[in-house]
Amino acid sequence: MSDNTVQATRFLKGGEFLIRDVSSDEVFIPEDFNEEQRMMAEATTEFIEKEVIPERERFEKKDYDFTLSLMKKAGELGLLGISVAEEYGGLGMDFNTSMLVCDRISGVSGSLSTAYGAHTGIGTLPISLYGTEEQKKKYLPKLATGEWMGAYCLTEPGAGSDANSGKSKAELTADGKHYKINGQKIWISNAGFANLFIVFARIEDDKYLTGFIVERTFDGISFGEEENKLGIRASSTRQVFFNDCLVPVENLLGERNGGFKIAMNALNYGRIKLAVATLDAARRVLTHAVQYGNERKQFGQSITEFGAIQQKLADMATYTWVAESATYRAGQDIENHIARLKEEGASLSESKLKGVEEYAIECAIMKVFASEVGSYVSDEGVQIYGGMGYSADAPMESAYRDVRIARIYEGTNEINRMHSVGMLLKKALKGELDLMSPAMKIGGELMEIPSFDTPDYSELFSEEKEILGKLKKSILMVAGKAVEKYAMQIEEEQELLMAAANMIIEVYAAESALLRAEKLSKQRGEEKTQTEIDMTRLFLYRAVENVGRAGREAIYSFAEGDEQRMLLMGLKRFTKLQNPINVTETRRRIAKRVVEANRYPFTI
Amino acid sequence: MKVLVCISHVPDTTSKINFTSDNKEFDKNGVQFVINPYDEFGLTRAIWIKEKQGGTVTVLNVGKAETEPTLRKALAIGADDAIRIDAEPTDAFYVAQQIAAVVKENNYDLVIAGRESIDYNGGQVPGMLAALLKWPFVNGCMGLELDGNKASLIREIDGGKEKLSASLPLVIGGQKGLVEEKDLRIPNMRGIMSARTKPLNVKDATNGDHRTSVGNYEKPAPKSAVKMIDADNIEELVNLLHSEAKVI
Repeated sequence: MSDNTVQATRFLKGGEFLIRDVSSDEVFIPEDFNEEQRMMAEATTEFIEKEVIPERERFEKKDYDFTLSLMKKAGELGLLGISVAEEYGGLGMDFNTSMLVCDRISGVSGSLSTAYGAHTGIGTLPISLYGTEEQKKKYLPKLATGEWMGAYCLTEPGAGSDANSGKSKAELTADGKHYKINGQKIWISNAGFANLFIVFARIEDDKYLTGFIVERTFDGISFGEEENKLGIRASSTRQVFFNDCLVPVENLLGERNGGFKIAMNALNYGRIKLAVATLDAARRVLTHAVQYGNERKQFGQSITEFGAIQQKLADMATYTWVAESATYRAGQDIENHIARLKEEGASLSESKLKGVEEYAIECAIMKVFASEVGSYVSDEGVQIYGGMGYSADAPMESAYRDVRIARIYEGTNEINRMHSVGMLLKKALKGELDLMSPAMKIGGELMEIPSFDTPDYSELFSEEKEILGKLKKSILMVAGKAVEKYAMQIEEEQELLMAAANMIIEVYAAESALLRAEKLSKQRGEEKTQTEIDMTRLFLYRAVENVGRAGREAIYSFAEGDEQRMLLMGLKRFTKLQNPINVTETRRRIAKRVVEANRYPFTI
Repeated sequence: MKVLVCISHVPDTTSKINFTSDNKEFDKNGVQFVINPYDEFGLTRAIWIKEKQGGTVTVLNVGKAETEPTLRKALAIGADDAIRIDAEPTDAFYVAQQIAAVVKENNYDLVIAGRESIDYNGGQVPGMLAALLKWPFVNGCMGLELDGNKASLIREIDGGKEKLSASLPLVIGGQKGLVEEKDLRIPNMRGIMSARTKPLNVKDATNGDHRTSVGNYEKPAPKSAVKMIDADNIEELVNLLHSEAKVI
């Protein structure tokens, strides 16, 4: 192997987790955060506890001013400028620190979480990444301190998931000094109070949209009424109308025709940030649920003493912990890649762009996984509260409504599922990721007689790693055959893409959990990592079941006859558990830890 | 104005308290540590003094390296520099001796400690420190105004307040009232980043002795089950208080 190859393969590229294993020493786990990062996280939590929680009911009364006042305070604390470069008034912190702060600020209300995400992510980021020096100097200091609020106008009534089909037009005025924007944007977060809008419109009959920086005070911009929403009720959401809105030519963002790229890249960021934004909400819901459950007596005992409740607590804790593991793992992979690109001489903006783009698959996967974990956890939170969970007086009700949007915005989970598989296939086609040779190998492996040796599983997770390897093979086998059959027409087989995405998501999540537990157990010993080991095994059990089910569904649907039988036989071999865990006992042990701690017990 | 604020590194109030080594030692495992709340009121007041009248705020802790994050948080909130005296804080007299040595080396005008720390609640360090320094001392201090080298103070007394005056240098045992809870500062991100570059000096302990030693600790008996009696059923309540609780 030449030196070059060693260099190139040293880090795990985006999507490469499917074909290459990494050691736990190479992954970041939340326990790796340093003292300064922890202090920032704790300061953010302190802000939430002191300024937000005592008045949290104001969110449900659609008190947009409350949200705005919190954003201003967040600005004073420096929470809005975490990832803005220091020369533009920000803190210039690394990617995972910005993730950690986003995690903590988003735990109590989807309203604040959305305002924060819209401002720092899609509102500020496009200028950081694509702005000219003048644009950065003019706008970033205001956005980083919270003097100005930002918003992002992409969606139109007829252009949601199909964002590039937007009808908004931008026309150069006769004097060449302005673009005149006409169009209608819908579901614009922060619209009620934003001072600045990143607006996407098409110049003439361009193939793609172009981005513009539009100030609220420009002529020709007006707003619809606040939308009535299921949740995130104090997140200001309005339509924004552009009626001959004159935007100076110097406010064109990036390049003409480059808006769709800006929109998509901002979404890569937005997706992983959304994933992390669901975590603290899940932790808090679990904490509320176990505290309520410990107090709530029925049939003469706390309801947390019942297996039916323990089962829920164990799953809620496990999924949250797994989501945490995978999100921060991906976050650090992004940060490492940004650093690598910077070292190679790329500009900061370029490095940030390409760094996230490299892991766009993981961003999409995590958006889907974490938002669904959040939904599951809040749903079970309501259930543990019973009748009280349905009451708006208990914290479960708003948590349940607020988290629902997470499966919709930043690209619906359906779009993200298809997108993640689509990107993988594209990477394979471009030769960036060799999925085909390992897929071909599997075909050969299936023809061989399986080994009847008794393997040595004495080392921690040796069996689990073998299982993970087999799950990866299941994906390559099913997806490989599907691609063989449909070639590029596979884009039309959305159900198949969904199944493939589900398999991929389970594997990435399970692997991240395993690597975290392994790294922890190397640091503290197995004895002190027992719950984490249990959660890894419980999740892996789920992953095996889900990969098997999704795989079978796909095989039943696209293969027939001998080929179907061969694939099913392969899938059976790859999803067979030699030594299944005692699922009930494992859940009971995890639940015991949660019940005794009386909170989500894995503080980072 | 040179102000020294003594900072204790104490378990968060929500921590589960356990003991190890035959109940002789506090089990720090999994415990989150914070700035002692009484000290935080004093720290905030000290920062106000600095902002209003100029001067410096130094924070000090007697403890091992594990307490440094707590000192750095104080730096992030706004203190200028920190001193850690590298020693186990064995007892109040030992700690007071260590602080006194530092105070004697530096010309502080004011030393603010908390009236007590919320872990062992000894409440002795500031008093002993004042005695070792032969400085005036006001405990339970809930108000402090400075004018030149004169201090007007308010002390909490049973059922009321006592107004005092004293001259600097001075030691106070502070509490809520020096500032209110709403005035406590959340460290801002820039403050946290600058804490990295502010001096944190580690000093060797001076010779000192401790006058007390801990035998062991005992936790209060766990709360027993609560019996709810219907508000209308006074007779049963009386009956239970008499026959079961045996208090009437």
